[in-house]
Amino acid sequence: MDTFLLSRIQFAANISFHILFPTITIALGWVLLFFRYRFARTGLQKWMDAYMFWVKVFALSFALGVVSGITMSFQFGTNWPGFMEAVGNVAGPLLAYEVMTAFFLEAVFLGIMLFGARRVPPWLHILATFLVAFGTTMSAFWILVLNSWMHTPQGYELRDGIVHATDWFAIIFNPSLPYRLGHMLLASGLTVAFLIAGIAAFRRLIGDRTETVSTQLRFGLILGAVLIPLQILMGDLHGLNTLEHQPAKVAAMEGNWETGPNVSLLLFAIPDEAARTNHAEIAVPNGASLILKHSASGVVPGLNDFVAEDGTVMHPPVAPVFWGFRVMVGTGMAMLALSWLGVLLIWRRGADALPRPFLMVTTGMAFSGWLATLAGWYVTEIGRQPWLVTGVLTTEAAVGDVAAPMVMATLMAYIAIYLALMIAYIGVILHLARRAADGKSPTREEPRDAPISVPAE
Amino acid sequence: MTLDATTLPVIFAALMGLSILLYVILDGFDLGVGLLFPFAAPAERDRMIASIGPFWDANETWLVLAIGILLVAFPTAHGTILTALYLPVAIMLIGLILRGVAFEFRAKAPLAHKPSWDRAFFAGSLMTSASQGFMLGMYVMGLEWTVFHVVFAVLTAGALTVAFSFIGAGWVILKTDGALQLKAVAWARGGIWGMALGLGAVSLATPFVSARIFERWFSFPEVVLLAPLPLMSLALIVLLWVALRHLPTKGDHFAWFPFAGATTLMVLGFFGMGYSFYPYIVPEQLTIYEAASSPESLKIILFGALFVLPMIIGYTVLSYTVFRGKATSLSYD
Repeated sequence: MDTFLLSRIQFAANISFHILFPTITIALGWVLLFFRYRFARTGLQKWMDAYMFWVKVFALSFALGVVSGITMSFQFGTNWPGFMEAVGNVAGPLLAYEVMTAFFLEAVFLGIMLFGARRVPPWLHILATFLVAFGTTMSAFWILVLNSWMHTPQGYELRDGIVHATDWFAIIFNPSLPYRLGHMLLASGLTVAFLIAGIAAFRRLIGDRTETVSTQLRFGLILGAVLIPLQILMGDLHGLNTLEHQPAKVAAMEGNWETGPNVSLLLFAIPDEAARTNHAEIAVPNGASLILKHSASGVVPGLNDFVAEDGTVMHPPVAPVFWGFRVMVGTGMAMLALSWLGVLLIWRRGADALPRPFLMVTTGMAFSGWLATLAGWYVTEIGRQPWLVTGVLTTEAAVGDVAAPMVMATLMAYIAIYLALMIAYIGVILHLARRAADGKSPTREEPRDAPISVPAE
Repeated sequence: MTLDATTLPVIFAALMGLSILLYVILDGFDLGVGLLFPFAAPAERDRMIASIGPFWDANETWLVLAIGILLVAFPTAHGTILTALYLPVAIMLIGLILRGVAFEFRAKAPLAHKPSWDRAFFAGSLMTSASQGFMLGMYVMGLEWTVFHVVFAVLTAGALTVAFSFIGAGWVILKTDGALQLKAVAWARGGIWGMALGLGAVSLATPFVSARIFERWFSFPEVVLLAPLPLMSLALIVLLWVALRHLPTKGDHFAWFPFAGATTLMVLGFFGMGYSFYPYIVPEQLTIYEAASSPESLKIILFGALFVLPMIIGYTVLSYTVFRGKATSLSYD
């Protein structure tokens, strides 16, 4: 394998591992603030128990996010020097603002949030929790500004092949930002909703009858049920935005080769890029035209429009985009079914009496948010190829001149360590859940750090 | 002063220098705590972790800021330096990953796994310190991979590792008491030699690698004006050595001195290096003026930095104030 391919795999491995943890911490920060606030308002121990359990998962996820994020920031220089050389004038300030307005905020106040409950007044502890949640969200904002700009660049001019910023407002609020940001924040909310519901279901299954487990089941399932329709709507809007700005990506998502009206929605197919056709199609007639153009005769772009006269392919590899899209949508539909069924069951039977099969499926879907998020990112990032910055810089032009065996060596090391950490991470969450279920989790009777008086009952 | 292609690179070089200096001091002490792990008993380790728990995350962020400024303000230098140091950078990153996660896992994983995570914490700290020292050596030598340069870099790798363990011991002396504090004094006594050796090696080697740097230090009147820098360092090392013979004192006076002394030494060494290499960002190859990105982009970052950096320093001070005093056990409630 050559340096280019290896560098791409290495970056993909790093960013795939990295995104798992921010996906949890972005929304979990706000959820913790909610738990903390509910405890302050009601004085009910179940909220503090929920806070104490999930703050540990937050700290662990945060650490994994930080260290894998540092790796990413170095890889720009070690493997992709062409990126900063060409678009550094835009990417640089955006990354700088992320570090300055988000990273320090979350890192410093995380210390106070985790270890300061007994050292600072309650208002400062709640403020610290808020600032950590705010910091993670700001971080998501800046990095998605940069990512969106790479998909739909504007507000710049090229001088000698180097990008120079001309309009920062246009750069920040580029056309795909609102949809991408909304889509990602909702994805984070859904990931956390199903993680909380899934781990609570696991605790219930192993015999934890405590009130906090019922509360967490209710919280996770209701949050999931509320967010998933919003996510489907946001996904649709994001898709329409992509159709306008990156038609080749949409063509690959739909597996559509020829531009034309009455394009079918493919439920299943095996795209064959060599023969430029699909095999084994299962299709809904006019479906793609209806979804993308809201009319059966709507014209949907085809991949063959993105092949140059000399045969150079200027569209993304079809199969991973096509399949990634189906995995994401399929997971979303499963989330919809599970959370709505869950809300129905809670409404009819209460969160204390959820049937075992339902709890088992909920446990199985604890990490479904990760699956959907990764699949979605593969669609959008592979869908941008062969461009690194659409129309400005190809991925190949940015790769650094490092010997292939060297990249291979570091890639192997990263993959080994990421696999080990992934196993350890999931193992520790299950361990914490078991320990909490055994009642070995140190939860105090009386809250020393609470601003409220505990009701007498 | 106008903000243009001559002043902006200097401002950003200064900002990057400040970030690196803060990183070396702040992450230096928590890396050092990790390096001292094998010498401490399991119960003492918990207390050592408690002394750095609320800080390590933010400390590491200064590295992200430093590399961020290099990335955004000097993009061409960023590519040159990081591709030349590909392997040590990768080792440092894996070290940072190991220690960052071991920190969390050791407290949350099943008790039987704790010793393994402690070993990972030490290994990660060692990989990070040694590769940073190695990179420092290679940088001083002009980023060229020759046998002599690698040998020198291995030497600086060892020296910086010992220096970090010294500042780490200083931190433990400051933040603990009793038997652990006594132990930390002994660690610091062992580490001060490495610190002196490292500082001496880099200071002596730098002028002999480059005629330009030699000229900067040893021509008249510079040699007189600059004399306080090495003399102060020397005096400080002697003072530290004396202090470590008498610590800990009754009433815990001067427990702050080893940490403060180590910090001052790092600041002095840093200024010496800055003076030697200015205006080069890639030694003898690329100046900060040649490597800087466009003034428009630098201005927009500077605008933000002027607002945000004081805030960052403000709430960092708040955090150190909240967690002042001797470290006790670490808990979330």
